[in-house]
Amino acid sequence: MSRNGAHISDSSTSFRLKNVDWWAIILFLGLAIFGWLNVYEASYTFDQTSILDFSFRSGKQIVWIGTALLMGSIIMLLDSRFFETISYVAYGAMILILIATPFLARDIKGSMSWISLGPVSLQPAEFAKCITALALAKYMSRYEYHLRSWRDMVVPLLIMGVPMTIIMVWQKETGSALVMSSFLLMFYRQGMSGYVLVTGVAAVLLFIIVIKWGILPALILIAVFTLLYLSRAVYFHFKPFSRVKPKILVPLLLSLASIGFSLACNTVFDHLPDHQRSRIEVLLGLKDDPQGAGYNVKQSLIAIGSGGFTGKGFLKGTQTKMHFVPEQATDFIFCTVGEEWGFIGSSALLIVYLFFILRLIGIAERQKELFARIYAYCVAGIFLFHLTVNIGMVLGLFPVIGIPLPFISYGGSGMWGFTILLFILLRLDAARAGKM
Amino acid sequence: MINDPNYRRRYIISAIAIVIVAVFIVRLFTLQVLDDTAGEKANNMSLLRQTVYAPRGLIYDRNGELLVYNQPIYEVTMAYRQMGETFDTTAFCYALRITRQAFEQRTTDIADRKKNPGFSKDVPQIFMTQLAAEDIAPLQESLDKFPGIGIRKRTLRDYPYASAAQVLGSIGEVNKRDIERDDYYQSGDYSGREGIERTYERVLRGEKGMEVLLRDNRGRIQGPYRNGELDIAPVAGENLTLTLDIHLQMLAEELLQGKIGSVVAIEPATGEILALASNPTWDPKILVGRQRSANYMELLNDKTKPLMNRATQAQYSPGSTFKTLQALICQQEGAITPSKLYPCSGPGSTPIKCTHHHGSPVALIGAIEQSCNPYFWCAYRDMLEKDGYGKNNEHFRARYKLWCDDVRSFGLGSRFSDADISEQSAGMIPTVELYDKYYGKTGWRALTIRSNAIGQGEVLVTPLQLANLAATIANEGYYITPHLLKNDSMLNHVHHTAVDQRYFVPVKQGMTRVMTHGTGRHHALPDSIPSAGKTGTVQNKGGRDHAIFIGYAPANDPKIAVAVVVENAGFGATWAAPIATLIEEQYLLGQIKRKDKKQYISTTVLNSNVKKWGTH
Repeated sequence: MSRNGAHISDSSTSFRLKNVDWWAIILFLGLAIFGWLNVYEASYTFDQTSILDFSFRSGKQIVWIGTALLMGSIIMLLDSRFFETISYVAYGAMILILIATPFLARDIKGSMSWISLGPVSLQPAEFAKCITALALAKYMSRYEYHLRSWRDMVVPLLIMGVPMTIIMVWQKETGSALVMSSFLLMFYRQGMSGYVLVTGVAAVLLFIIVIKWGILPALILIAVFTLLYLSRAVYFHFKPFSRVKPKILVPLLLSLASIGFSLACNTVFDHLPDHQRSRIEVLLGLKDDPQGAGYNVKQSLIAIGSGGFTGKGFLKGTQTKMHFVPEQATDFIFCTVGEEWGFIGSSALLIVYLFFILRLIGIAERQKELFARIYAYCVAGIFLFHLTVNIGMVLGLFPVIGIPLPFISYGGSGMWGFTILLFILLRLDAARAGKM
Repeated sequence: MINDPNYRRRYIISAIAIVIVAVFIVRLFTLQVLDDTAGEKANNMSLLRQTVYAPRGLIYDRNGELLVYNQPIYEVTMAYRQMGETFDTTAFCYALRITRQAFEQRTTDIADRKKNPGFSKDVPQIFMTQLAAEDIAPLQESLDKFPGIGIRKRTLRDYPYASAAQVLGSIGEVNKRDIERDDYYQSGDYSGREGIERTYERVLRGEKGMEVLLRDNRGRIQGPYRNGELDIAPVAGENLTLTLDIHLQMLAEELLQGKIGSVVAIEPATGEILALASNPTWDPKILVGRQRSANYMELLNDKTKPLMNRATQAQYSPGSTFKTLQALICQQEGAITPSKLYPCSGPGSTPIKCTHHHGSPVALIGAIEQSCNPYFWCAYRDMLEKDGYGKNNEHFRARYKLWCDDVRSFGLGSRFSDADISEQSAGMIPTVELYDKYYGKTGWRALTIRSNAIGQGEVLVTPLQLANLAATIANEGYYITPHLLKNDSMLNHVHHTAVDQRYFVPVKQGMTRVMTHGTGRHHALPDSIPSAGKTGTVQNKGGRDHAIFIGYAPANDPKIAVAVVVENAGFGATWAAPIATLIEEQYLLGQIKRKDKKQYISTTVLNSNVKKWGTH
């Protein structure tokens, strides 16, 4: 029915200040400014005095924030239909750019994802998330589309999988590619079975058990679950007048699949690239490598831990300032927060972030148009995924996967990409009132 | 969308986000609040707590002459963790002009926790020490090429005079025991090892300071931490002024050249030690810096034992100088009066022979002048037998005990516990118990211990104690603890002897006659300055007699008391008396008029094994 209301009024696509979600904008600005302070702290040296010195990262970051706001404003002035209209075209162009990128890119730490445009380097993968989300939203909001069975998942999974594969295999930028798996959250909201998420989590747990303790405990665990289920089935089978008819075939196939997965884990693990394998080994405590793969995380934990309850104070951190923590202005920016702002500051940041994501979910739920809601859930998923993986990595809970903390980490592509992502949503949201 | 069947899933999605953030906050809480080790780990990495050494106090003599001062040296430190894999060992060795083997050896030794228990990869370890400014210059210029390497400035001792080595002592690296005993010290610190440096270690060393520096991930110093607000400034050590007169000290050492022996000179009125010389000796410079350990081993292995401060540690029989003390005690205990006469038959006397024939019988003054052995035997016997022996020898033993106490009241038989001299021997005054043990309670008589009468028995004294005896006689009954630091509070350390002042008069007269008519008559002071003294010639089993002399001058108003011992030299009159009177002459007149005598004594070699180390 939303489709019906789409053309009722011209005002539906116009920009109205009172319809803008100012809460989201306030939270966004708060995060960006707090991030900017921390970029200043992380790249602070003794010779440098001004936070606005443009030859330093803090100075550049304010330029990124300013230009990102400009882009956000432009987006707010565009027609809200614009994004839906161009989404397929943009998607096609994006695929071409992603394929072309490695030919134009310089090799930065094994990654072939950066394109230099004069003084600035951009990472097209940062914008791919946004465009893929638009394309998914467009496809899944078609009138005739319903997510009912796995067959309905094929096209959306392809829309999502193609750029993922290009970014991961062709550009060797695993982190950015994995971010798109956050769209599963949107699929779930749109009706995908919850078992897919549960199965995903179970697969990860099984993988950890196999790698850390070997195949035998994994098999025992599978056997225990299978027997428990079977005994339940037998119980209901012989129980008089029972209306429950337990399934036997599918669970047994699931058990067999689990066994196969467990057996495959080691093989897959052995074929991972060396740096990824050692990151996982260090995380699981199988390898102690304080100088190598474990170095970043160890330094990260020391820096955060040394912040204590109240932190060392603005510009007074020693671990970050003395460069013990690598990538401290980008992926490991949270170390600076932890060291200088302490438990108070870092948990406050996490709570603000949580409010921001909950706000996005709230915005998503009030959309009357399916396109806007699907897109909104993609945006919320992306931010939640970045937060989870980045903070999990910095706190030593996840393996090291290099993705930034949106609005906090230093970087132009990220700042622009996340701002565009957010403001498209805010633009769509601002148009909602006209479509009652 | 009103009938959206999946509407409730928004709550599950929100719950997932809340749970994730909650897990992170719990994790943060354990890292930042519950676990307090991270702060220490962080500080170990990023902060360098560098000791700032305090300048050690300078040492002056009584006339303000500088005796000990500081020279700057440099040491190279190495923080292992910061050096990293890419450390350019070749360039480093080249800059310090050391071989690669030396580098490997030293780095292995430092990391060996058996040899270096305090080893830590984060704390800079001393790689090389005691380098001069020119040795360090090439490294200093290229220091930023070597992560983890630091240069620290320290000071070592230097000495304008090649003199007073045993008195001043030296400083050396603290050992494990020092560190355990006093937590002020850390491995690599210096502390006073002997002499004044040891006695006044706590005054001289001052207080170390500390600098807190920021260090980056490659070990490079980036500046002070928090603008130095945690730094502790060092407190310089206090300067000391000694009672020594360096020129008198040097004269004493010059006169002892070629001989084994010692000279002690004390100002009687104050107990201040004016000279404390022991030969063989060395130039204190040779125990400084990198040559220290080699030279120290050489001194340690020398059979003439230069490291022993003979002036305070060597113990000798006092010989005839002891007769002065016998004369005092025997009067005090009522055995003799100055007019009491005893006969002497010269070398034919029994039970103790006299060395020569002289007028007989003799009274007290004559007996001191002539150093009459039979006189002092008789006086000692009468003193001990005054109450008879008693049924179980108890009267005799009580008298001996009295005698012992009287002798001890002169500072003999024990160390001067309130003196600022670390290296001292006690000497020995045999106790009643010792003789009881040796002979049985009833098995010993005056005759048994007759050798004590003339200072040849079991009695042992140090040259310092002898000089103090001379000072006590000069003071007529009391002494002030001999000491080396100029310090008026020592004037309170007055020790009164058991002998009344009046008994000193005839003894002093006898000692004055020694210098005019007796064994010292060839060594009278010029300008008719009256002096007093007593020679001693101590038989010893090992070889030639030790020559001993005690005395003071001027006799009528004593300003200086001296004791001299020259080992295996022969007559006290020949070798010890001239050295003592030359010291008195220099001190009282400010110059030596008996130049031939000084020349003769200082150039005569009595022991060919004696050498002086480090003299140029």
